[in-house]
Amino acid sequence: MPTPVSPTPPDGHLLEVRDLHVEFRTGEGVARVINGVSYHLDAGETLAVLGESGSGKSVTAQAIMGILDTPPAHVRSGEIRYQGRDLLTLGEEERRRIRGAEIAMIFQDALSALNPVFPVGWQIGESLRQRAGLSRADARRRTVELMDLVRIPAAAKRLGDYPHQFSGGMRQRVMIAMALALDPKVLIADEPTTALDVTVQAQIMDLLADLRRDLGMALILITHDLGVVAGVADRIAVMYAGRIIEHADVRALYRAPAHPYTKGLLESIPRLDVRGQALSTIRGLPPNLMRIPPGCPFHPRCPYARQVCVDEVPHDLVLGDGRTSACHFAQEVHDDRAR
Amino acid sequence: MTVPASPAKVRGETILGVDELVKHFPITQGVLFKRQIDAVRAVDGVSFELRRGETLGVVGESGCGKSTLARLLMRLETPTSGRATLEGRDLFAASGGELRRLRRNMQMVMQDPYTSLNPRMTVGDIVGEPFAIHPDAAPKGSRRQRVRELLDVVGLNPEHVNRYPHQFSGGQRQRIGIARALALRPDVIVCDEPVSALDVSIQAQVINLLEQLQDEFGLSYIFIAHDLSVVRHICDRVAVMYLGRIVEIGTEEEIYQRATHPYTQALLSAVPVPDPEARDRRTVIRLTGDVPSPADPPSGCRFRTRCWKAEEVCAVQDPQTVPRAADPHPSACHFAEVRTDV
Repeated sequence: MPTPVSPTPPDGHLLEVRDLHVEFRTGEGVARVINGVSYHLDAGETLAVLGESGSGKSVTAQAIMGILDTPPAHVRSGEIRYQGRDLLTLGEEERRRIRGAEIAMIFQDALSALNPVFPVGWQIGESLRQRAGLSRADARRRTVELMDLVRIPAAAKRLGDYPHQFSGGMRQRVMIAMALALDPKVLIADEPTTALDVTVQAQIMDLLADLRRDLGMALILITHDLGVVAGVADRIAVMYAGRIIEHADVRALYRAPAHPYTKGLLESIPRLDVRGQALSTIRGLPPNLMRIPPGCPFHPRCPYARQVCVDEVPHDLVLGDGRTSACHFAQEVHDDRAR
Repeated sequence: MTVPASPAKVRGETILGVDELVKHFPITQGVLFKRQIDAVRAVDGVSFELRRGETLGVVGESGCGKSTLARLLMRLETPTSGRATLEGRDLFAASGGELRRLRRNMQMVMQDPYTSLNPRMTVGDIVGEPFAIHPDAAPKGSRRQRVRELLDVVGLNPEHVNRYPHQFSGGQRQRIGIARALALRPDVIVCDEPVSALDVSIQAQVINLLEQLQDEFGLSYIFIAHDLSVVRHICDRVAVMYLGRIVEIGTEEEIYQRATHPYTQALLSAVPVPDPEARDRRTVIRLTGDVPSPADPPSGCRFRTRCWKAEEVCAVQDPQTVPRAADPHPSACHFAEVRTDV
């Protein structure tokens, strides 16, 4: 059901996703991957989008970038507003102008995101030459600056090196340099450290946090790692079965989650600083997106589930501190933790 | 806790002993006349003991040799040198029937539940295959029944015995892999990153299963992982590897509370803690640079190129993994000391 949309107020958000619905039409049926996702992002802040595989966190980002494979993907309804303009109504030409220059993205697997047969310097400089219209010499100079910015040692010497000559962490830096080339206002980082070792992960997360601060970018951090989120994010949106089921300030959410799924996730991670006995688990499995359960999609796995959860889709409940939870018993879950 | 009690199986005795294990992979040059120009020192002198009923964690970053170590212990690779004994019998000298008997006692759970199960075999055939190789483990008539029991033990529906791997989720597939490893009632199971391909909510289910099975069958685990929080949760003792060596080994408490090796300290401090309040309290030790190539490890201490404590002696003298004055557990650092701020 489409919700009525009012024009963006002048003090609108930098980026706003409103009631987005995306489905994948495959031979086996229709998978409802995004079912009414809304979130917003303001200049200079870090929003973490957390979810497990299949929760729709990456698809939302791909919809923002306009890089969904259509078909099979199909945006059924919704709006993605950047500086007040709905990106979904723009033509391909106009979207290209925004992609990279205004909103840029980095991916999980840097090795497959980079072209193996071109030197990294050439790849970082490509958008400078093609989009910013810089001469080869200027592009080269700027490329070295970018590589310095992402702290690649001996940048000028490494311009001619190929992706395979870099380590995993360095490749991720190359990709960040590419994303920063056109000075975007929003950077979407899709699992930027998942493939990296912990010590390198810490380096890359530090780099992203510093860059965000120094360049005044807004950052969307897509991840499944609750530890990474706790380290850098301001706000967090938790996704499950294509919905945002909880949205809150990071500290408030970790202190007292207000959705049973978030609560279950937090309790199921073994913690380095707390050695417990048996881990508590979330029973069952995430739903098949072709057959999402009626009512609340989490009800088959939920310890709080009652009849109303099967009958009615819970709407976002706004809790006192400005946070929302899509649970019929949000207050009860929240108070459980605080007790 | 029920350890199936045959008097010979004493909890705490050494079941697997590894002594100076080395595996070098040759780097060759030339097509027709291959000659070895160098070697990747994947495992370069590793010694430890695994006791009955315990879980020994092996942690380290990619390329530190932890998976090669697992493959050596399973005899999927031939060691360059070194010895290992399983219940007193030489693991690497065994061949033929003797090797089959040894292998029956040590099984493996692989990292990727998507590629470690044959997509064209049913679950029943996968879990029952060990009985085809070791016919004496279960009489022919009872195999079907044994497979169903095994599926039940790992929390799968025994009715699903005729399904194929693709009909299961990642967590369920890992349970199939565990059932297969349990089939021959081994004493030791080598788990190579058994939960790193799984989502958080599923990961906890599999970890709990592994712990429950350990209690039930008195298993000993070698638990290889890069996730230090998971390792702390499940392991009794932990070995930290760096560039083919164990740089520090001790009980869970010794490693997590009183680590004396700078690499262990850096590794622990870099683990993201799921608590935003800790953001400002924690000191993260920032290591510079990357792990050097195992084909060309640094002289002396292998960690010295990234170590903030490195002095001249570190480039000259290779520190041994021995008990240190700072704390009695073995640590391979000339300047071993306990830090309190990590």
